[in-house]
Amino acid sequence: MIEFSQHCPVLMTITLIIGGALTPIVSISRKKFSFWWAFFVSLLAFFFCSCAVWRLYTMGPISYWLSGWEPPYGIEVYFDYVSTITFLMTALGILVIVYSKRYILHDISEEKLPTYYTLVLLILGGMVGFSVTGDMFNLYVFLEILSLSGYALIAITEEKLNAMASFKYLVMGSVSSVSVLLGVALLYNVTGTLNMADIALRLQQFGPTTAVYVALVLFIIGFSVKAALFPVHAWLPDAHALAPSPVSALLSGLVIKIGIVGMLRVLYCVYKLGGPVDFTSVTNFMGWLAAVTVLVGAFFAFFQDDIKMIFAYSSISNIGYILMGISLVSFTQPERGYLGMMGGLVHVFNHAIIKSTLFLCAGALIYKTGFRKLSDLRGIGKKMPITCGVLTIAALSIAGIPPTAGFICKWYIILGTIEFGKPIFAVALLLGAMLVFAYYIKIINALFFREPNESITEVDEAPLSMLVPIIILAIGCLVMGIFAYLPLAVIRPAAATMLGLPSTYLPLGG
Amino acid sequence: MNDLTELFNKLFVNFNYIVAATLFVIGLYTVIAKSNLIKKFMGLNIIETSVFLFIVSSGAIVGGKAPIIGEGVSSKTAFVNPIPQALILTGIVVAMSTTAVALSLMIKLYEQCGTLNADKLKELK
Repeated sequence: MIEFSQHCPVLMTITLIIGGALTPIVSISRKKFSFWWAFFVSLLAFFFCSCAVWRLYTMGPISYWLSGWEPPYGIEVYFDYVSTITFLMTALGILVIVYSKRYILHDISEEKLPTYYTLVLLILGGMVGFSVTGDMFNLYVFLEILSLSGYALIAITEEKLNAMASFKYLVMGSVSSVSVLLGVALLYNVTGTLNMADIALRLQQFGPTTAVYVALVLFIIGFSVKAALFPVHAWLPDAHALAPSPVSALLSGLVIKIGIVGMLRVLYCVYKLGGPVDFTSVTNFMGWLAAVTVLVGAFFAFFQDDIKMIFAYSSISNIGYILMGISLVSFTQPERGYLGMMGGLVHVFNHAIIKSTLFLCAGALIYKTGFRKLSDLRGIGKKMPITCGVLTIAALSIAGIPPTAGFICKWYIILGTIEFGKPIFAVALLLGAMLVFAYYIKIINALFFREPNESITEVDEAPLSMLVPIIILAIGCLVMGIFAYLPLAVIRPAAATMLGLPSTYLPLGG
Repeated sequence: MNDLTELFNKLFVNFNYIVAATLFVIGLYTVIAKSNLIKKFMGLNIIETSVFLFIVSSGAIVGGKAPIIGEGVSSKTAFVNPIPQALILTGIVVAMSTTAVALSLMIKLYEQCGTLNADKLKELK
């Protein structure tokens, strides 16, 4: 078992990517078989991922050398505490694939089913690979795998504006990938290695040259575009709102988190707090941008009528929260950033669960009624009580009402800003939270308390294959809130190791 | 005066980097200023090429040999670093796939909207 679990991080990546590539072949005679194949592949990946996580929490991080070449000469796969996000990715992947079984035929023809599942598996494989790799160049390659599948998934429907949204995302995404590649190249030119741990070691020796700073800025720009930070967020609303709903769930729940994971890797695994390069001026600037992002996202969400558009803008706002959490670090006193880092990392998990619930519920509403505007969907709550009930739980979660998942992470992030001595950020975050609360109340009000729309009287509850994933996710929202010590206990070592503290670190009174 | 000669010397020695930077800026200009989507994307390709040039040329040595130990090449002689070339081979594949996706998107866009002009597409919305 121990011997086997050593191979799991690489096995799950390979399973997803090869499984994705094989999908069109195995479903060549019966297109619908591609669903069962994708379901099987994602289950297999989830099993491998569970083994890897089990080993991580019993024996510590896994360092795997591909084909036995010792790093820094060979490529290293490094499964550490931040890589636990792969657990979420594979689990959400299964739910999204189950949900797609009925839903996706609403958006695409049966001919395209194998293509769709191929792309879903590839995007999952890209994300998993991105989170477990210990090699800078592989980071770039996986970033491109998941981005390309993302562009194609947005444009897979025949809707008129999708190709445009996808193209906008593609241009922004390509610029960001190129800047990441340039950053990798600069670091390689300075240090002569591509292995992250080795770069961190050799940077000590070479010190903070201009090229190292330029590379840092290029990485930050590249990953900010992927995460949709404020000045470069313009691609997100169209892309996430127009994509088919399960795809929106994947993009908003997981793909934007890739930018966050990338920043964590570069800032805290390669450059490192207390290392040769003092990057706190960059993180301070990111903190300000994050505060603006929270407000901008929440503000624009307020004026949307399209239900998926609201969720897309709310994703921008939440990315602001996460970035705020992870950018509150002090170079010399790593303990001071602990609360914010905890909050940010927990919010990565919680936001993924909540936002995919919201998008999948919106998908169920669109599937049954054909409407996507709040004014058309008014009064639907009585016809589809389960879907709307789940949507309400998720909406309350994202607004941060106490017994649900959103509360604990926003609480930690706001505590973190005060602990860090930046109360102005706390004000921005609270203002953002209030705006969020206001527009989610607007949604709940429209769904339950407004006069029903006459044209949707014939509607009944969504099919079971769509209800099961959203109910599981809603239970996730509640569990992550009520038993908040569970996610906190899981994330604690990740937050501590990112800050360069021992993985068993506990703050005073914590 | 001496400073100036030194500067020119440095510029001349690193002219590959200057070419890469110039190409990068040309590409960036094309992406931002052109309204035709195909031209925009060609600008992106120019940016990518400039980065590839930067990486490949940084691994090159004038008069360097292929890094295979054999006749006339030992671990002591100057040889070209093969890693940047391997990276760029992958990079070119990635750039080609991005181009393929972008062009197919543009075909779809043209079929649906009848134009590839960014300004006209904004009005259509």
